[in-house]
Amino acid sequence: MKALVVDDSRTMRSILARILGDLGIDVEQAVDGKAALERLIAGDLPDIALVDWHMPNMTGIELLNEIRHRPELSRVRVLMVTSESEPDQIGIALDAGANEYLIKPFTPDAIAGKLEMIGLGEGSTATTTW
Amino acid sequence: MTVDLEEFRYLRDLVHSRSAIVLTDDKLYLAEARLTPIARSMGFASVEAVIREARSPRGHKLQDQLVDAMTTNETSWFRDTRPFEALRRSVLPRLVERNRSTQSLAIWSAACSTGQELYSVALILTHEFPALEGWNLQLLGTDLNAGVVDKASRGTYTSLEINRGLPAALVARYFKREGSHFAIDQSIRERVSFRQMNLASSWLGLPMFDLILLRNVLIYFDATTKAQILTSAKHQLKPGGYLALGGAETPIGVVDGYTPLLTDGATFYQVEGQP
Repeated sequence: MKALVVDDSRTMRSILARILGDLGIDVEQAVDGKAALERLIAGDLPDIALVDWHMPNMTGIELLNEIRHRPELSRVRVLMVTSESEPDQIGIALDAGANEYLIKPFTPDAIAGKLEMIGLGEGSTATTTW
Repeated sequence: MTVDLEEFRYLRDLVHSRSAIVLTDDKLYLAEARLTPIARSMGFASVEAVIREARSPRGHKLQDQLVDAMTTNETSWFRDTRPFEALRRSVLPRLVERNRSTQSLAIWSAACSTGQELYSVALILTHEFPALEGWNLQLLGTDLNAGVVDKASRGTYTSLEINRGLPAALVARYFKREGSHFAIDQSIRERVSFRQMNLASSWLGLPMFDLILLRNVLIYFDATTKAQILTSAKHQLKPGGYLALGGAETPIGVVDGYTPLLTDGATFYQVEGQP
C-alpha cells in the first residue's frame, strides 16, 4: 500500500511517515496542497492521502476539492489529519469528500483504526457508511 | 517505582475482596503503572509507601482509590467493530421487530467503563432506527469503578478518545465542543443512564434485558465468580435475548444453558430452548 503525507510541518510528516512505515506502508511526502496536487497529477497514485487542513499555497480542503473533481484522481482516499477540531468543520471536510478525519494530536493506534474504517486496514473488508 | 511482592499481595487481596477481580503475580507491572501516578500526586516516595499507608488504620479511603485505580477501564468506540456491525445489521433489527408490540427495548453494558460501548449502541439506535422515537428505551451502563461511571454520565470526551473508533460522520452530527472536550448530544445522553455496580455482588433490582454486553470483563474474575456471573446473566435475559462476550470469552464449558449464534462475523449467546 502507498500513502502520500501532506503537511507543512516537517515534524508532523516524519511522525506520520514513521507510523505508516511501521504498518508496512510506503510513504511519500508533500509540503503543501499544491505540491501534493502536482505529485498526484504526475501519476502512480497512492491508495491514500493523509492531508493537513491549514497549509500555505493550497489548503487541505482545496486539495480535497481538486482530488474529488478530477476523475483521474478521485479514487484516492483522503484522511484529514488536522488540529481543526470543530464538529462543523469535520462535517465540511466530509461533505467535500474526505473519507475519514483524525484530530491532532493522535496516537499510532488511532491511525491504524482510521485506515481500518476506510477499508485499508489489515484484513478489513467492507466499510460501514454512516 | 517498584512494588515489593508482599505489598503487591496485600493489594491483590484488597482488590479481590472488593471486586472479585483476580490480579495474578504477573500483574505486578500493572500495579506499578497504575499506582505510580497516585503515589506521586499524593507526595509518597514510592508505590510501596502508598500501599503501606492504605494498610494502616487510617487507610480506608486510600484503599478505595487503589481498588479504583487497579480495575481496568480501557475502552474505545465500536470496539472490535464486528460485534457492532452485527448489532446494527441483524441483532438490533430482530429485537426491534420482536418488541414492536411492547415498544420497549432494554440494553445493559455491564462493564461500561467510560461509556463508549453504551453510547455506541445509543448512536446506532438513534442514527439507524428513527422509528424508535417514543419507545421506552432502557440503556443502562454499570461499572465497578465509580470514577469511570462519573465520566460516562458526563458524556464528554477528549480528542484522543474521540479519535479511537468513532466514525467522523457521527462526530460531526452528534457532538459539539465544550471547551477542550467533545460533548455527546443531549438527545443521546438522555437515552442512557449509568451507575456503579459490582458484578460479583447481588443483581437485585435490575430489569430484564433484551441485550447484555458483558465484554472483556470475565477474564478478570476467578472461575467460580465467572460461572456465577454467567448464570445470573442467563436469568437477566428476556426470552430470546442476546448476550455478547469479548472475542476471547465463551460461556461454553463454564456454565450450561447457552447456545452460540454466529451472525455477521460475531458470536452472541442465547439461552437454550427459548425462541
